[in-house]
Amino acid sequence: MAEFTLPKNSKIKAGKHFPAPAGASNVRTFRIYRWSPDDGANPRVDTYDVDLSTCGPMVLDALIKIKNEIDPTVTFRRSCREGICGSCAMNIDGTNTLACTKAIADCPSGDVKIYPLPHMPVVKDLVPDLTQFYAQYASIKPWIRTQTPPPPDKERLQSKEDRAKLDGLYECILCACCTTSCPSYWWNSDRYLGPAVLLQAYRWIVDSRDEDTGARLDELEDPFKLYRCHTIMNCARTCPKGLNPAKAIAEIKKLIVERTT
Amino acid sequence: MSQLRTPLKKALGLGSAKHGVQHFITQRVTAVALLLLAGWFLWTVLSVLHLDYAGARALVAQPLNAVLMLAFVVAVFWHAQLGLQVVIEDYVHTHGLQIVLQIAVKFLCFLGAAASVLAVIRIALQG
Repeated sequence: MAEFTLPKNSKIKAGKHFPAPAGASNVRTFRIYRWSPDDGANPRVDTYDVDLSTCGPMVLDALIKIKNEIDPTVTFRRSCREGICGSCAMNIDGTNTLACTKAIADCPSGDVKIYPLPHMPVVKDLVPDLTQFYAQYASIKPWIRTQTPPPPDKERLQSKEDRAKLDGLYECILCACCTTSCPSYWWNSDRYLGPAVLLQAYRWIVDSRDEDTGARLDELEDPFKLYRCHTIMNCARTCPKGLNPAKAIAEIKKLIVERTT
Repeated sequence: MSQLRTPLKKALGLGSAKHGVQHFITQRVTAVALLLLAGWFLWTVLSVLHLDYAGARALVAQPLNAVLMLAFVVAVFWHAQLGLQVVIEDYVHTHGLQIVLQIAVKFLCFLGAAASVLAVIRIALQG
């Protein structure tokens, strides 16, 4: 059955408190999920009081400041700090988003709560294990598949109209915010591909240069791979890039109906 | 041993069933049918409230009402079966239990539909 409560060793305990240095004027409190595979302890939530007058504007800035100045054991992924690599995807104030593009000022007043992406195995602290997510992405063969060899003297061309069909799809950075916000993915991640991978699949289905559309639809037409999507729409609501994976999934469903009727 | 299998092997699983669109279409077609029939059904229920037993039978026995009632009960149980199937697939992951529930839902929905159809036909034919 679906699990609605956490197992005993996953229940979150109260953690340590790190007060702000004396004389700090603009203090904001960050509550961060902590779990280490090494000590055998339950997860806990540590509380950090951060002086925002010496901190950058984004949540990622605060995390880096905490790691540099307060507690070097805090573990999280980050790289580009400008919303293009997808590394710092995490759950901030109840919504999956990128720490680097989420302004601290945009977090509702009160403590800023930071947890790893929901319902994924945790490697450590804010680092989720995305192995299954990446494997599912690989399973759709996300590259151009053709029978016609490329023209010897130029690229495979595409009309402006056909290129425009990739807008709203090519921007996806595979941060997994949408997929890990999806209840259908929580309950059936072993078989359901999830919104991000289905959006990527549609990106190739709708590409005018790709010649394997039928096979791609064949591979997706499955009660679990595709049809676990019940248009809950969490994916579209949470996407930090403002994309709409639910619409891409609906387009796939429409194409499969189209070739049936 | 499972660590010896690649993540891709796990993600691919048993492959695509290459079906599911028929379920998707049927669920939507029965939904549209119910949308249309529900208005008529509501009207019928409200009309029956004002009638005695013989009057209610007579109303259902009218050919148009009998046909629409047949369509309504078939669509209801068909749509219910499709919906409950999805709910069980979503939430019940114990293999044996899932099979038992799926079959039980199909049987119960069929019996419900058969009993309802029989009732409407008896009323329609006896007047």
